[in-house]
Formats: sequence, structure tokens, C-alpha cells
Amino acid sequence: MAYKIDDALCTVCGACEFECPNAAISMKRSIYVIDAVKCTECKGHFETQQCVTVCPMPGTCVPA
Amino acid sequence: MANFVSLDNLLRPTSADAMREALKSSGCSSSSSCGSSAGAADLPPEVWNRIKDHPCYSEEAHHYFARMHVAVAPACNIQCHYCNRKYDCANESRPGVVSEKLTPEQALRKVVTVANDVPQLSVLGIAGPGDACYDWKKTKETFSLVSKQIPDIKLCISTNGLALPDHVDELVDMNVDHVTITINMIDPEVGARIYPWIFYKNRRFIGLEASRILHQRQMQGLDMLTARGILTKINSVMIPGINDQHLGAVNAEVKKRGAFLHNIMPLISDPVHGTHFGLTGQRGPKHSELKALQDACAGGANLMRHCRQCRADAVGLLGEDRGQEFTMDQLPDEISYDPSKREAYRAVVARERNDHVAAKQDARLTLGTADSDACIIVAIATKGGGRVNQHFGHAKEFQVYEASPAGVAFIGHRKVDDAYCQGGFGEDATLDSVIRTLEGIDIVLCSKIGDCPKQQLESAGIRVSDEWAYEYIESAISAHYAREYVAAAQALRA
Repeated sequence: MAYKIDDALCTVCGACEFECPNAAISMKRSIYVIDAVKCTECKGHFETQQCVTVCPMPGTCVPA
Repeated sequence: MANFVSLDNLLRPTSADAMREALKSSGCSSSSSCGSSAGAADLPPEVWNRIKDHPCYSEEAHHYFARMHVAVAPACNIQCHYCNRKYDCANESRPGVVSEKLTPEQALRKVVTVANDVPQLSVLGIAGPGDACYDWKKTKETFSLVSKQIPDIKLCISTNGLALPDHVDELVDMNVDHVTITINMIDPEVGARIYPWIFYKNRRFIGLEASRILHQRQMQGLDMLTARGILTKINSVMIPGINDQHLGAVNAEVKKRGAFLHNIMPLISDPVHGTHFGLTGQRGPKHSELKALQDACAGGANLMRHCRQCRADAVGLLGEDRGQEFTMDQLPDEISYDPSKREAYRAVVARERNDHVAAKQDARLTLGTADSDACIIVAIATKGGGRVNQHFGHAKEFQVYEASPAGVAFIGHRKVDDAYCQGGFGEDATLDSVIRTLEGIDIVLCSKIGDCPKQQLESAGIRVSDEWAYEYIESAISAHYAREYVAAAQALRA
């Protein structure tokens, strides 16, 4: 179970990168991507997925 | 290129006369003011020393000094209804042009390049395009890299305040002397109509609760800054029907809590920016509504009437933006800082400023003796340096002053969509729009104007004069006023 970033909607603000408790998000060739291996959907850390919660663009961080 | 003084001049010994000559040929492009109009005489010396080189905090300084913003902080922790993140904050941006986001290392390279090229540079600000306090690691790293290379550059940030209390002590440690907080409300009921949500303590809050938290954090941050002696500017976006009646209370509250300056800006809500307010038809205030609110708030914190709502990557004097000359692809890969131009420039400015202060005092004396209660509104075409030094047809905006026996006061600027004279030919359609922009102005002072536009302005009831070309603005206005009203009063008595 993991989330992914829709790069057509992403504004590349990077908020998700530093909110992610698993350090699963990083910049790859000027877009942010979620490492599906590291992503836990924030289970055990927070009630809501941090990338979804902080993202200013609705529908950008979605289940993979 | 709009250098205040040609750089060649700076490398030679200069005199005030040489400076005046230089001013005539190439004024600075700061065609609007920004900041407190209070000068050296009105402020405690320690405060004056801190703001005298900051174009946004001192109206006088903006004639001489430039700021640059580096867009290192794109992440934001709140959503405002006047902002669409896709295009940066619409209220502080040129529509449709997204700020070029930089890493702290790229920002350092850019700041050094600008400092070597633009001797007026005195301030480095981080104003987003998200929130400088929330995107803190990048903000902090940028300041630390730059201040190592250019120790005398003033550091300044702009924030929504939510994350501010967490970083106040680090701001003090880094010598950040100027902080701007955007405060649009002190009542969460009002806030709920401006902020759909905030991200705080790993949760998203909405509605009243979001605004309650934001308000509490903003006040806490302001109090902490005041307690530490940091100069705080409060920005408020005026949103008719939402917070326009409320900003007087905001003004009183932030003044009580020690804010140095209050800047009330008009909402920008063009639908093309895609903001919630833009798409739902929320209008911005008219010129007259903004001025009425600013007048009603005068006497609160020092009021700033002339903010340019500049971009998160702006470079140059206020009223100009040379950001496009310094995009990443134009920067050298390696560059080292050369302080000589900035130092030479500062020495010249110190002398010129004394002259300007004397000219302002003379103007005050001249008007004080006027035996008339006439109050006139004067529009000035200026390229900066505090002088009437721009051709009417080249003006992209006019600085507006009010003159009466009480003195000459800056009251704002009027922006012109397109300068009248393009490529040497005046455009009639453009002139009509310039005339509309100048509605309510009694006289325009400029360095030069053609006969044809002059006649058209005069038939629209706006007089124009190029008689005081290259004089200081205050000297020109007082000389005009004295001739019109003092002489008239004397003639009546005779």
C-alpha cells in the first residue's frame, strides 16, 4: 500500500517531502516522487497521510 | 538597465555635483515608494539607523536602495482564498509568471551576482513563494550562506505567522531585523471567510478552528518579535465585504502589540489567476475605498501607502523588477563577491541624501509661509532619486503627492497600463487611458512633455509642467505651490 504524486497537478512546492515521516518522497528529475517501498500511508505515525494533508492541490497525492 | 549612477562614475571619486549630473542622465527606476514616510527627524536614531537603507520600511530609502527576493521557500502551511498555488500568491506576483524556485546554493549564486551588478542592493528578502517560516530549513540555510559572503546585507522575511513562533529565536540569532506578517483578521469569524484550511501539528484544520489557531499564532509571533526588538511590518489584504470594515480593528490591535508599520494592500482577484476569490467574483477595492480605509487607519501604526505587492523573486529598486535579468540560466557557474561597487555607492548616497533632506526642509518652510488653504494633488513622473526626472511619455506610473500649507505628503502611486510613448510615437488610445488614470490630479510635473499630449491633458482639466525638471520632488511642488497660491494671495491683498 502506497501513495503516488500526480505530476500534472503537482506544484513542486516540496511540503510533502519534509512532512513525510518515512522520508519516502524525493525530487527525481525536477518532479517529486513517492518511493512505494518506503511509503506506509503514514500508518503508525499519523491519522491522515501527511502528503495528502499538506498538499495545496486537491487530488495530487492519491493511492497508487 | 536602470542604474542610479553609472558604474563608471562609482569607480572614480565623486562629488555631490557629479552625483546630480549623474541623476539627470540615469535616474533610478524606482517609480513608486514603499514604507514609512517618517524620516531621520521623526524617529529615534536607533530605529532610523535600522530602516534607513531598507526600501520597504523607509519611503526615503526606496529612492536609493534596492531589494531582492529569492524564491527558496515554495512550501506553504495555509491556504488563502486569494491564492492559487499553481501561480504563486496572486497578491504578490505578476500574473502568469511563476517564480523560479531556487535551492539555497543557487540563491547564493544569484545574490552574489546581483550584489556585484546592482550596487543599490541593500536587502535580501525571502517571501515565499510559499511561507518562509514554514519552509524553514531552506530559508535558514540561504540566510546563513549569504550572510557569510555579504555580511552587511539586511535580511528580511515575510510570513503568514503560523510557524513564526517556532523560529523567532533563530531569527534573532541570524540578525534578521525585519519581519513581515500577513494579518487579515483578528476575528476568526472573519478569518473563516478567508482561510479554508491550515496545516498545523500534522493535521489539517478547517473553518473557525483554523482561523482561531492562525490568529493565536500570529499574535504570539508578533508579541515575541516586539519583545526582541525586531521591526515588524503587518501586511493586510483589503477584501471588500469581508474584512474591509474590520481592518481598522486589526490596525489598532497590531499597533498596540508593537508593529512598526501597517501596509493595507488591495485584493487582486482577476479570474485568470484561478484563485477562489477570483473565480467566485469577489471584487477588489477601488482606489477611493483603499484610500478611505488608509486614511481612517492613519494615526495607528505607521501606515504604508505604497507597497508594490512585489514578486517572490523580484530584483531591483521598488517599482522596477529586474528579476528577468538574473534567471538561473544567465548566472555564472562560479562567482565571488566584490564589495567595491556597493561600498562606493553607499558613500555617494550618504552625501546625496543630506542634500535631499535640506531640500525637503526648504520646501516645508516655503509652504509654511503660504497664506492660502489650497490643497492640491500633484502627480510626479520620476525615475527615482527623489527627483522630477522622467519624460511624461515614459512614465509607467506616477507618484502622487498632496501639497498644502501643512507640507508635501506622499499619498500613493497611480499605475499606467502602458507608457504613453512607445518607440517614440504617442498612442492616442494609450493617452486616453493615462488621462483616466490621472483623474482627480490637479497638475502633473515631469521632465518633458510634447505639445500634443499636453493640450489633450489640459482639455481634460489636468495641467502639466516641465518647468521643474530634475528638481527634487518636494522642491518642485513647493515652488509650484508658492507661485500659484502665495503670489495669488499677495496679489489679492495688494
